Amino acid sequence: MTHYSAFSLFKEALRGNKGWSRAWRDAEPKPAYDVVIIGGGGHGLATAYYLAKEHGITNVAVVEKGYIGGGNTGRNTTIVRSNYMIDGNTSFYEHSMKLWEGMSRDLNFNVMYSPRGQINLCHSPAQMDAAMRRGNIMRMNGIDAELLSREAVMKRVPILDYSANARFPIHGGLLQERAGTARHDAVAWGYARGASARGVDIIQGCEVTGYQWDRGRIVGVETTRGPIKAKKVAMAVAGHTSHMAKMAGLRLPIETHVLQAFVTEAIKPVIDCVVSFGAVHFYISQSDKGGLVLGGDLDGHNSYGQRGDLPIVEENMAAAKALVPLVSRLQLVRHWAGVMDMSMDGSPIMCKSPVEGLYINGGWCYGGFKATPASGWCYAHTIATERPHALNARFTLDRFHRGYQIDEKGMGPTPWAH
Amino acid sequence: MLRITCPYCGERDYVEFGYGGDAENTMPELSDTDIGRWADYVFFRNDPKGEHAEFWHHQHGCRQWLRVVRNTVTHEVISVRPASETDAPTQGKQVEVA
Ligand SMILES: Cc1cc2nc3c(=O)[nH]c(=O)nc-3n(C[C@H](O)[C@H](O)[C@H](O)COP(=O)(O)OP(=O)(O)OC[C@H]3O[C@@H](n4cnc5c(N)ncnc54)[C@H](O)[C@@H]3O)c2cc1C
Ligand SMILES: [Zn+2]
Repeated sequence: MTHYSAFSLFKEALRGNKGWSRAWRDAEPKPAYDVVIIGGGGHGLATAYYLAKEHGITNVAVVEKGYIGGGNTGRNTTIVRSNYMIDGNTSFYEHSMKLWEGMSRDLNFNVMYSPRGQINLCHSPAQMDAAMRRGNIMRMNGIDAELLSREAVMKRVPILDYSANARFPIHGGLLQERAGTARHDAVAWGYARGASARGVDIIQGCEVTGYQWDRGRIVGVETTRGPIKAKKVAMAVAGHTSHMAKMAGLRLPIETHVLQAFVTEAIKPVIDCVVSFGAVHFYISQSDKGGLVLGGDLDGHNSYGQRGDLPIVEENMAAAKALVPLVSRLQLVRHWAGVMDMSMDGSPIMCKSPVEGLYINGGWCYGGFKATPASGWCYAHTIATERPHALNARFTLDRFHRGYQIDEKGMGPTPWAH
Repeated sequence: MLRITCPYCGERDYVEFGYGGDAENTMPELSDTDIGRWADYVFFRNDPKGEHAEFWHHQHGCRQWLRVVRNTVTHEVISVRPASETDAPTQGKQVEVA
């Protein structure tokens, strides 16, 4: 593996860039591994990386049905933040934030983490009170938060509608300065490269179609490229969590729903942070290429189809126009969708499953990109030591039976409304 | 656009309907004190990749609850019938009180 540095760039520039080698090995499946991870998204690849790096477990395969990063990793709107306020979430997402801050250096791969700030807008005095409460809870947990007045928001984000006609007047907002964005593909590639260099096999075009059993215990997987034995099987399949669990006879507190995202044509820089509308579910940022990146609500009915329907396009554009009037002059150039593992309380599940030999990591809803490093880190710990780390100890499956849901929004078990 | 053929109103865009979720989840008897069965009912779902029975409420039409079978991959609607012919949606279920 070539070490990337200013020097290697310079050297390769002089040699016509002919000396670069592959970033990671495209491996063939071996008959058996210590750990097989199902799903080559950010979470699966990060898990493999930390298994090797933190626990010295390198006889590991990541089995991906398509190509790595082709699922939600490559479909999300790349927002990274830790503005949570419920125990269980706060310390986990803050740990993730810290890993983001050091990720490019740790992986020797530029993931373009950009702490450009994220603002949740408030449109009423009551929302300002709620934002202040959230901000105080965050600060008590050591997470940065700053309450912005209307004037401060106007100064920071001049393109919003501050006119007397604004449908939802802006009263202020809650800013997390360290929040921002990162390059989603680079996260998959960086973890793949780091894991591969430590001996992990990354196997693409290999779909898991079932499990191998021995006296009630899972001892491997059946795949489209033949059976693979494994001492431990760990799923990290995001929108296919219910589906993969069902093959193991498990029923989960998860519904699968489709979420869309949108990009406009590229324009000059107009917005240098991430802004979330507080009136309807909608958010906006600007990519380094200049396109405005927009996202909002789920389509709202169970779906495994990785494509969205038109009413949500209209809803998002209406929200965009209400908040940022200048978008009405822009063209949408792309929109796409991913399938989300929506858990019943909006928080993830990461634990040993009730089936011996199988581990669960899912229920990330539409917020799992920011969780990628901490998810991999904690999942690796759970798999290696057979016990959760304190950071993921609350993300159990049995919390629903014990009445310990982690419902950040207080929405209840209607995942399509989360 | 996903369209649902309401037995009362005919074929309509899905935006006229409110989604009511899984129609195969049965509520335990109110006298049931088993926390496991209640947790299963409230939180756990089959969430199939394929045919899914689900409730839709024709909010902007006849206001009837419907039981729709739809494929969650292709979004093809396979059948629609009034929910009253089968089971009422969760919130509407009447329980006899002695
Ligand atoms: C439109 C959209 C916007 C989003 N915006 C944000 C955001 O701004 N911030 C944020 O934090 N989160 C966001 N998310 C959520 C985030 O993308 C996900 O929660 C996260 O990526 C899920 O983890 P993952 O990366 O491992 O999943 P994925 O990348 O989906 O990885 C799962 C992998 O498993 C593979 N797989 C499935 N079944 C099998 C099988 N049987 N055999 C082998 N492989 C299999 C899939 O092909 C896939 O590659 C967004 C999601 C979407 C769709
Ligand atoms: Zn009707």
